[in-house]
Amino acid sequence: MFVLALDTATPASTAAIAQVTDDGLTGLAERRTVDARAHGELLAPQIEATLAEAGLRPRDLGAIVAGLGPGPFTGLRVGLVTAASLGQALGIPTYGVCSLDALGRAAGPGRVLVATDARRREVYFATYADGVRLGEPDVAKPADVPVDADRAVGEGAVQYSEVFGLPVDEALRYPPGAALVALAADRIRAKADSERLTPLYLRRPDAVASSARKHVLQ
Amino acid sequence: MPDEPLVLGIETSCDETGIGIVRGHTLLADALASSVDQHARFGGVVPEVASRAHLEAMVPTMQRALDDAGVTLADIDAIAVTAGPGLAGALLVGVAAAKGYALAAEKPIYGVNHLAAHVAVDTLEHGPLPEPAIALLVSGGHSSLLLVDDLTAGVTPLGATIDDAAGEAFDKVARLLGMGFPGGPVIDRTARDGDGAAIAFPRGLTAPKDLAGHRFDFSFSGLKTAVARWVEARERSGEPVPVADVAASFQDAVCDVLTAKALDACRAHGVDTLIIGGGVAANSRLRVLAEERAAKVGVRVRVPRPKLCTDNGAMVAALGSHLVAAGVAPSRLDLPADSALPLTTVTV
Ligand SMILES: [Zn+2]
Repeated sequence: MFVLALDTATPASTAAIAQVTDDGLTGLAERRTVDARAHGELLAPQIEATLAEAGLRPRDLGAIVAGLGPGPFTGLRVGLVTAASLGQALGIPTYGVCSLDALGRAAGPGRVLVATDARRREVYFATYADGVRLGEPDVAKPADVPVDADRAVGEGAVQYSEVFGLPVDEALRYPPGAALVALAADRIRAKADSERLTPLYLRRPDAVASSARKHVLQ
Repeated sequence: MPDEPLVLGIETSCDETGIGIVRGHTLLADALASSVDQHARFGGVVPEVASRAHLEAMVPTMQRALDDAGVTLADIDAIAVTAGPGLAGALLVGVAAAKGYALAAEKPIYGVNHLAAHVAVDTLEHGPLPEPAIALLVSGGHSSLLLVDDLTAGVTPLGATIDDAAGEAFDKVARLLGMGFPGGPVIDRTARDGDGAAIAFPRGLTAPKDLAGHRFDFSFSGLKTAVARWVEARERSGEPVPVADVAASFQDAVCDVLTAKALDACRAHGVDTLIIGGGVAANSRLRVLAEERAAKVGVRVRVPRPKLCTDNGAMVAALGSHLVAAGVAPSRLDLPADSALPLTTVTV
């Protein structure tokens, strides 16, 4: 089955296509552009280009996997609404995965800290043991992140490497497409029910209740 | 006619997730999900709350529109989406969704101007647009007077508010009268029991010295302040506030200026059709006053029914249908959402 993976939880817009078989997973094409303000413009053309590179039409897809974040909300929503609309139009299931998990899985064995940029001088983070997440993803200032790992990946780890004091794999900054698909491979093979793609917001919306009427006769 | 294009429209520029489906000038579906209740306690639309709601509402609202129209996405000939102006994060959800639908269905996409769509929606009610026409668009987000020569090419802005939007003034006055959000419907209702001539509130930018530079512009900030002063003076003197009279007099002041300037624009440009759109066009006093004044000068007023005046997907579909019929080239798949899209741009 041909599976499209999307992730916009970081400054990168990622579109990838993989073939999932009963006992394997093969990456066929992947496009990534890094521009924190351009997810809305770039993602759809990248999907089109990725399909073309894989020699597929949209209708050839059998499932869609989307990174649910955590990540800056505006970009994150672009990826999720794109995945949801594609899934609805094609009548195929959509599956959500934690975007940090894709980095954690791609990082391989050992204890690894995954950190991505949460803006406002904070990072989204989680710690992984042999690719498996320990606890819930969270958001914090880099100095407040509990460091219990041997190395770190993710662009947040690159940015704040001095704070974390861990060796950083600089090649692994953004969630890789194949890892996103791998995280959902069991659900894909089992033809599990389609999932609603709800972002891992972790932060409450910025919404300030309006103050009482201002007195204008003072 | 069955061979007219089937066009789907997506609107997410503010707090309404709207999906409309039209065939030619015939409305087949107009599904709407509103997050207005989630904003009520803030007294105005909170962008992040609106964006979250658009994401949640998109798929179910689309399904409702398709079911209502009895079609599938594969049947759709083109997809139109509001590309701007509006709230940046909210627009982005609609534009990204439209791209997903267009990509999957392998159909053309049109990124369109929200204000032009407010004009185009009238074709669903009253048929093809007589051009040129003057359009008065009044809502919580916009107050504009436009010359519509050729809707496919762009519209000419004649004037706009220099401070608050008309609908914003309704919201603010409703809040100071303790009536809640949104203010338009509740003020309209309350004003029915009041006397619009009871209090002489100011008419912004209508004095001769203002008309020189702002003939077709609006200002509602001074009016809002005048209402606040008047109410507060009453409260300080310990007298009860005649809420219905305040609402009616405020509403009269707004509608007086809007209709006077709109008909002045018709006269100045030799135009005999006035189209009124936007949420404030649902105001009953505005409709009556516009009809009265237009009849005296031989101008025909076209106001779509209230549900089509407020933000919705049908208006975007209507504009898309107009563009497809006119043979306008579709947008590219990398089309941006532009929160400040100018009126002179109808398709991006
Ligand atoms: Zn509007």
